[in-house]
Amino acid sequence: MSSQSKEVRVSAEPGDQPAAAPVVTQVPAPTDRAAAREVRTVAPTVAIQDLHAYYGDQHAVRGVSMTYAANEVTAMIGPSGCGKSTLVRCINRMHEEIVGARAQGTVTLDEADLYDDDVDPVSVRRTIGMVFQKPNPFPTMSIFDNVAAGLRLTGRRGDVKDRVETSLRGAGLWDEVKDRLARPGMGLSGGQQQRLCIARTIAVEPDVIIMDEPCSALDPVATLRIEELIEELKRDYTIIIVTHNMQQAARVADKTAFMLTGELVEFTDTRTIFTNPSDTRTEEYVTGKFG
Amino acid sequence: MTTIAPVAPRRRRTDKTMRGVLLAGTLIALVPLVFVVYYLLKQGLGALSWSFFTSDPSGRFLGDPGGVRSAIVGTVLIVGLASVIAVPLGIGIALYLVEYGKASRFANVVRYFVDVMTGVPSIVFGLFIYIVLVLSGIGGNFAGWKGSIALALLMLPVVSRSAEVVLNLVPDSLRESALALGSPRWRVVARIVLPTAMPGLVTGSLLAIARGAGETAPLLFTAFAVNSTTWNLGNQMNSLPIQIFNDVRQAQSNIVERAWGAALTLVLMILALTLLARLIQRRSRIA
Repeated sequence: MSSQSKEVRVSAEPGDQPAAAPVVTQVPAPTDRAAAREVRTVAPTVAIQDLHAYYGDQHAVRGVSMTYAANEVTAMIGPSGCGKSTLVRCINRMHEEIVGARAQGTVTLDEADLYDDDVDPVSVRRTIGMVFQKPNPFPTMSIFDNVAAGLRLTGRRGDVKDRVETSLRGAGLWDEVKDRLARPGMGLSGGQQQRLCIARTIAVEPDVIIMDEPCSALDPVATLRIEELIEELKRDYTIIIVTHNMQQAARVADKTAFMLTGELVEFTDTRTIFTNPSDTRTEEYVTGKFG
Repeated sequence: MTTIAPVAPRRRRTDKTMRGVLLAGTLIALVPLVFVVYYLLKQGLGALSWSFFTSDPSGRFLGDPGGVRSAIVGTVLIVGLASVIAVPLGIGIALYLVEYGKASRFANVVRYFVDVMTGVPSIVFGLFIYIVLVLSGIGGNFAGWKGSIALALLMLPVVSRSAEVVLNLVPDSLRESALALGSPRWRVVARIVLPTAMPGLVTGSLLAIARGAGETAPLLFTAFAVNSTTWNLGNQMNSLPIQIFNDVRQAQSNIVERAWGAALTLVLMILALTLLARLIQRRSRIA
């Protein structure tokens, strides 16, 4: 069994990323569930060390350390305001875009320190893609341009047609939109818009995808569609998903982390956290006693 | 059993009264507007003719007073140059305030001064340019481009204030998603923020241009006035507001009529500009 890691593409110079050939290989199976699936591309591991995040004086994330395993789906659960969204926004350095917000600690992508002084946040975000709570296609653009925007915004020139098709297929949207690529992206249904946003994210070829409550604005059918997609995507990407919906965490995640008031309470296999949690606060939350 | 009460007579009466008051207010506000348009057409239409647009003011007190060609050319050139200066600069200020300055102390100071500038009377800008550029004799004394700068100063805060409002309307979620794709900030602005805000930016800029086109005071002692047509912004230039200003003070009725004709021309030009902008906007909006 060859365990070959994909090159981590965080460079100080944006736009000169080498085209990483997909490495088809097999990684050691961390859970029973993972054993059943094949890994197409080995994605990097994300590790957080003693991360603190602030909004002005407010201390939103208080010293969290955890590791997101490669090619797995890790769910972040916890009541509103527990800091789970803030935490994941620190991973792709989006947290610092908010006025008055700052973060300290270490976040590494395999070996690369994402908070190193030399690291360009722009290139971090190309490597770690993000899907937001509300589907947010660019309103002035067509379906095609929305997906191509990922490439054009990151300064890639040349023929984007193939990449757009591959990305739309990857997001499971191609068959629904292939005849109306020139129509505005805002004309799609909510679920389709969210898959369009996923297509836009994977068009940039990230290694890790963060999803911040990607289904909270969608109906159950569209939610199921996205969850199936997540299952498919983890063959190529390391996925971090923030969710309010515990059933969703149970359905899609290999591991689940429970956060409360900015601290990580428990982080283990999804099955364990829902059936046999070791912390009473976790048990109370997953059984619906609060939150 | 639930009973659903009918609308109380008192509330019905209040509703009727308030609607009446609001309607009356609207009608009162319309009265001056209607009269302005009515008089403009009544007095001005008679003055319009082919030669009105193609001949310069003759400067004679008796006989044919001539047309307003030099004033139209002057207004187009002076306002054109003023727009070229004020629109990009104003949108630039707004972009800085919204995208980069945000709530910083410097940005707030800039915002405050932009607000103060909006309230400065137009004649003050004229005086300022008169002292700085005309009295100092830079590039001759009176010149069209000096009028343009005075107008640009007047238009700048209007453009910038309206652009700031429009740029703030662009949802932050769009900026966020573009940034999260790994786009540098300048590209987010150029490719996402500006195109999304474009219709509003065009409208705001046009309002400023229309405002500038109708100003008399900043041109009085900067571009001054001259009868003959010139295409050179380095010379003294005629303009429609100045033409109107000079003509209505004359005793001869045909010269006063020319003032009305010039006023109607100015209004029609601004109307055409607005319609053009609407057309561009409609075309740029995606179906």
